[in-house]
Amino acid sequence: MSARRPYVRSMDGWWKRDAYFISYMAREVTAVFVALYAIVLLFGVVRLSQGEAAFNGWLQYLTTPWMKVFHLIVLAVFCYHTWSWFNIMPKTMPIIFFGGKRLQPGTITGTGLVASVVACLAVLLIVRGMS
Amino acid sequence: MADTEKIIEIQVLRYRPEQDKEPVLQSFKVPFTDDMSVLQGLQYIKDFLDGTLSFRWSCRMAICGSCGMMVDGKPKLSCKTFLREYYPQGLRVDALAHLPIERDLMVSVEDFVTKLESIKPYIIPKEPRTLEQGEYLQTPQQRDMYEQFSSCINCMLCYAACPQYGLNPSFTGPGILALMHRYNADSRDGGQAERNELGYADEGYWGCTAVGYCSEVCPKGVDPANAINQNKMASAINYFTRFITPGGAEK
Amino acid sequence: MKRSNEPIFWSLFGAGGMLAALIGPALVFITGIAVPFGLIFKPDTMSYAHMLAFSQNWLGKIFVLAVIALFLWHAAHRIHIVLHDFGVHAVTLVRVLCYGGAFVGTVIAAYTLLKL
Repeated sequence: MSARRPYVRSMDGWWKRDAYFISYMAREVTAVFVALYAIVLLFGVVRLSQGEAAFNGWLQYLTTPWMKVFHLIVLAVFCYHTWSWFNIMPKTMPIIFFGGKRLQPGTITGTGLVASVVACLAVLLIVRGMS
Repeated sequence: MADTEKIIEIQVLRYRPEQDKEPVLQSFKVPFTDDMSVLQGLQYIKDFLDGTLSFRWSCRMAICGSCGMMVDGKPKLSCKTFLREYYPQGLRVDALAHLPIERDLMVSVEDFVTKLESIKPYIIPKEPRTLEQGEYLQTPQQRDMYEQFSSCINCMLCYAACPQYGLNPSFTGPGILALMHRYNADSRDGGQAERNELGYADEGYWGCTAVGYCSEVCPKGVDPANAINQNKMASAINYFTRFITPGGAEK
Repeated sequence: MKRSNEPIFWSLFGAGGMLAALIGPALVFITGIAVPFGLIFKPDTMSYAHMLAFSQNWLGKIFVLAVIALFLWHAAHRIHIVLHDFGVHAVTLVRVLCYGGAFVGTVIAAYTLLKL
């Protein structure tokens, strides 16, 4: 008879074990707010199709204190999403050589963040120009 | 020097299958000097305090990959981690997380070794050459595509850092997938199609959720998270184009 | 080994994540903060007339649909993984709820935008 009796430890609460895991979970949980924001927009589109009164009701709803607080939280979460998205990007991209040298992780993350700032400013300017 | 000798408390998670129903903590007071590693602390315990303590070690210089364990909850090579960093509060040592404990600080390596064999961790030549034809040539850039991933010492710290492996051990896991990429990315190798049958499965690249901690804890800078995730795009392209690429559907 | 179907969901997840990372903060700022708080932009920026005109334009339709649908698919994929990470074992149920929700949202958005 074998004296072996390998012991398998539980994974319950594994994500609380390490600060690294907590930041990973924070990154993943941003998705809940992305979904909620998409649902708010979806409601806007549906209300838009129901006529002016319905759409104005939705616009009015956005100005309620709860929705203002909600959107401030969503904005903070989206900024964290942007940061974490480009932070993990060097791990998700193939190795790239640029002028014979390997592109460094910091360069990839930095380029992504700069691209995001430029894209956001472009959206703001376009919307300002359109209205 | 004897009067400057310091004492540190090392808590060790013990598991003796013949007597312990589940792992229990045991505390030891270990005299140490600033140049002593955690491994040397454990060796002191085994030599002078409790000869029944079991742990693996061999080279004492971070190349054999035997002495991986959780030091204060972090996957570490115990030979490369110093007791002084945990003084005066003391430290706790557990067997590597996510792997079954065989005894005390030794984990079962069966699953790892079985998976290691399954990925054909050797070069499968793209074109067979005879000795007379000479060696396979490679440019420095071709070498750079895999060199980093070839530094793995099979210490399994990345497995202790990977919650996906802990949650679902059928996932091949960071170290072995990184090794698979090491061969797939080698310009001399032609075994990609054979290996990617596993790579393109849920047990392969797709079991990874890009936590990234594996790359943080790797003592050799292998970056398994990159080795795995850079294959997702290629795997996805293959998924969508397999029916229009000649021979793609069988893969 | 069975080939994974993850590429379908992962591609949508990646597209949504990239879109959210690039312009998400600006969109939230405009629709959720600047306009409701009455900052920076003219008060009629999101008026019925403006939004209707925007959504009747083909480029506008595609843009709105892309934002709503891709954000939903991105979120569905991550929420599905989070539930797995928290140890929820009802894999099929979780998948149906997450991806089903994203699918329904996409269909509603596409249908409504087409009608406008």
